[in-house]
Amino acid sequence: MRLRIRFSKHGKVRFTSHLDVARIWERALRRAELPVAYSEGFSPRPRLSFGLALSTGHESNEEYLDVELDPERQLEADLESLPEALSACLPVGMTATGVVVIDRQSPSLQQAVTSCTWQIDVEPVDLEVANAAVTQALAAEQIVVTRERKGKEVTDDLRPLVLALTVDQPLEDGVRLIAELGTQPRSLRVSELLSALQPPLVELRVVRLHQWISNDVGERFDPMSVAPAAAEPVGVS
Amino acid sequence: MWPRLEPLLPQVQKPARYIGCEDGMQVPEHGPAIVSWLLTYPDTYEIGLPNQGLQILYEILNERSDAAAERSYAPWTDLEALMRRDRLPLFSVDTHRAAGEFDILAFNLSAELTYTNLVNCIDLAGVPIHSASRCDADPLVGVGGHCTYNPEPIADFVDFVVLGDGEEVVGEITDVVREWKRAGKNSGTREGLLRELSKVPGVYVPSMYEVDYDGPALAEVRPRYADVPAQVEKRTVADLAEWPYPKRQLVPLTEVVHDRLAVEVFRGCTRGCRFCQAGMITRPVRERPAEQVSSMIQQGLRRTGYDEVSLTSLSTADFSGIEQVISDTVSDTGVGQVSVALPSLRVDAFTVGIAAQVQRARRTGLTFAPEAGTWRMRQVINKLISDDDLFGAVDSAYSQGWRRMKLYFLTGLPTETDEDTLGIAELGRRCVEIGREYHRSPAVTVSVGGFVPKPFTPFQWFGQNTEPELRRKIELLKNDLRGTKGVQLKWHDSRASLAEGITSRGDRRLGAVIEYVWRHGGTFQEWSEHFSVDLWLEAMAANGLEVEWYVYRHRTQDEVLPWDHLSAGLHKDFLWQDWRDALEELGLEDCRWTPCYDCGACTGYGIEHVVASATPPAGGSQGTGKSASLTGSVPVLLQPRQSVEVGQP
Repeated sequence: MRLRIRFSKHGKVRFTSHLDVARIWERALRRAELPVAYSEGFSPRPRLSFGLALSTGHESNEEYLDVELDPERQLEADLESLPEALSACLPVGMTATGVVVIDRQSPSLQQAVTSCTWQIDVEPVDLEVANAAVTQALAAEQIVVTRERKGKEVTDDLRPLVLALTVDQPLEDGVRLIAELGTQPRSLRVSELLSALQPPLVELRVVRLHQWISNDVGERFDPMSVAPAAAEPVGVS
Repeated sequence: MWPRLEPLLPQVQKPARYIGCEDGMQVPEHGPAIVSWLLTYPDTYEIGLPNQGLQILYEILNERSDAAAERSYAPWTDLEALMRRDRLPLFSVDTHRAAGEFDILAFNLSAELTYTNLVNCIDLAGVPIHSASRCDADPLVGVGGHCTYNPEPIADFVDFVVLGDGEEVVGEITDVVREWKRAGKNSGTREGLLRELSKVPGVYVPSMYEVDYDGPALAEVRPRYADVPAQVEKRTVADLAEWPYPKRQLVPLTEVVHDRLAVEVFRGCTRGCRFCQAGMITRPVRERPAEQVSSMIQQGLRRTGYDEVSLTSLSTADFSGIEQVISDTVSDTGVGQVSVALPSLRVDAFTVGIAAQVQRARRTGLTFAPEAGTWRMRQVINKLISDDDLFGAVDSAYSQGWRRMKLYFLTGLPTETDEDTLGIAELGRRCVEIGREYHRSPAVTVSVGGFVPKPFTPFQWFGQNTEPELRRKIELLKNDLRGTKGVQLKWHDSRASLAEGITSRGDRRLGAVIEYVWRHGGTFQEWSEHFSVDLWLEAMAANGLEVEWYVYRHRTQDEVLPWDHLSAGLHKDFLWQDWRDALEELGLEDCRWTPCYDCGACTGYGIEHVVASATPPAGGSQGTGKSASLTGSVPVLLQPRQSVEVGQP
């Protein structure tokens, strides 16, 4: 059996890294006494599969991980109460918000997720300047950037990965943007987007609001809704 | 302070070092009737967080209604630069409270090379670095930990020093400070407070003592007042069973060294390795009952979610309850696959058997510490392991599936000849040969450190090898092992051994040297990217002090040592006799199962070794399988110890 767990990450704990979060989950699952399956071999590891990495310092409403359970052992907890039980084993700021059973054949989160919606607060600029930067980016046919990768200069067009971008509202200490950024064939990072704008904007606070799985005909699904028809999604949010 | 710190964190490496939020973290209440302690480890969070001493005191203090304890660690240089730019002081990671708001800044000192970080943390706290310049409103600066058995080099910077186990004494210090705080910390009363503290057994207040010099030599250290003790005795917790701490070990959110559950199985060690300060100053042996260890493991694993537990002590295979604890732990099915880490393994087949029992899953590498390359040398240092003991252990390890061995050695030991040094390479080669019988490409890592003599050991009189001499010995090994397949040589920087040597046996004049190094940017001296031996040599020269005098010369029997007014319980004449025996190549059996040598550690405190088993562990009292007669005559000193008032119940 495979479980997909959704969780949020807010506050001080946002300064932990992706690797830290993986370790936190390994311990939390053991504390919650979930019958997690282990890999075979010399150095058995719990069979966990994490979604797209969240940059250290960013918050998120929707993070995911898939957990393979040991077929030989019973899942004692019922799915309804599992998010609460897991949250009790997580540090302050990390909360499990839902658990579903997914098909064991379903593609991994990293393969399946196609885009993410971001709330991006940037340092103060005139609202017009922000609007103009956004309009210009969306109007552009290409947003070409060069970056260094494995010691080589690589040229990339970011435009296809900018699926949506709007100026949301002015804040007391800055301006809020909402963006949907593609993750295939690679993830467009918030920092890359901001520095590619004209003028470049400076990141203040970033929250991942949603992750999406879209199909060939452009329909968007929540990663929790790709469960087998029989399983009802459960959650506390 | 969090709102001011938060915007800085995206700009620094590893920001999770500064957020706290660990499972086990406490949010204590502060107030005028509560004595607040900031327990600080003066190195990075990754190094400091696992420190058990600090975690034990954190819990014990927070259990008291009149105390509050939070924690702090040295910020890395990137954050420090931003903090200084923004005038942000050192802070606690628990509630991000400014260090200056605490009553006591208490530092754990486990390594001499952190001394400049101690000064840096005091400065970052916004507190004058010199004890003499502090006023009543400033926090008290206290230190504890192994280095404080010679606190003279840092005497200028600290208000008080705790010798020995801290469990009981932190409460007594809290009592004194609470009364002073209740009286309103009135101006001009700090001196009186320090004098009161100096009367607490185990507490040394450097400013209550006058030091006289005779040229480069120390003439006398004497108390300034009649009610200040002439000699400060260390504190010893008699029964570890009464202190089952930490009860809620901190589980960090980010990676740290020793990222596993740790349960202390005993304190003290009487193997009597003459180079080992920890073994000398923590005597006598006090074991934790096996049932308590087992239940601490079971509860700890369930609470933390760790899948690994380390049984800590100075020589865990000597724990008389080891087999019961391991069988309890591996048969505890409720927690899944658990591996048990055994630091400081003994070199024998029994130990390998234990290791095999607990490391079923991840059988990667095994570490042994023969410490010296020849039997002669090992008799000098009293590490009584024969070559055959080592080969037997190594054979047993390879035959049970291990592929990698790590062997720890010291070089620069008293009476060491090039033959002894080269013996290290020879042992490495022989171990690889043994491994070839079982595997195609066995690997042996030979790790060599330069020996730095420490206070309260029989080698405290020994002149440390010079830096060029240590370097020559490493070169000797490098040349000898060149082209040897399977043996990898690792060595400790001999320049760092020199800097450690400067601080380990120095007197108060070293304070100016530490300050000089700190003022010239010399923090994080334990980190090779920041370490600078030139800074230390420059600092010595600038203060007119000779490296030769402080590090390289042999000390004499009649000279006053900078730590003579402190006591780790050991008779100085026992140590001197042990030093003479070392030079005669006489070994000394473990006193747990042989007659008492009257080292002083037990008798002075009216306590005895607390061991659960009356018989020595398998393989003899040194774990060697050798009879005592092989190690030569056993010198027993029969001088009765003068009774010392230690004021303990």
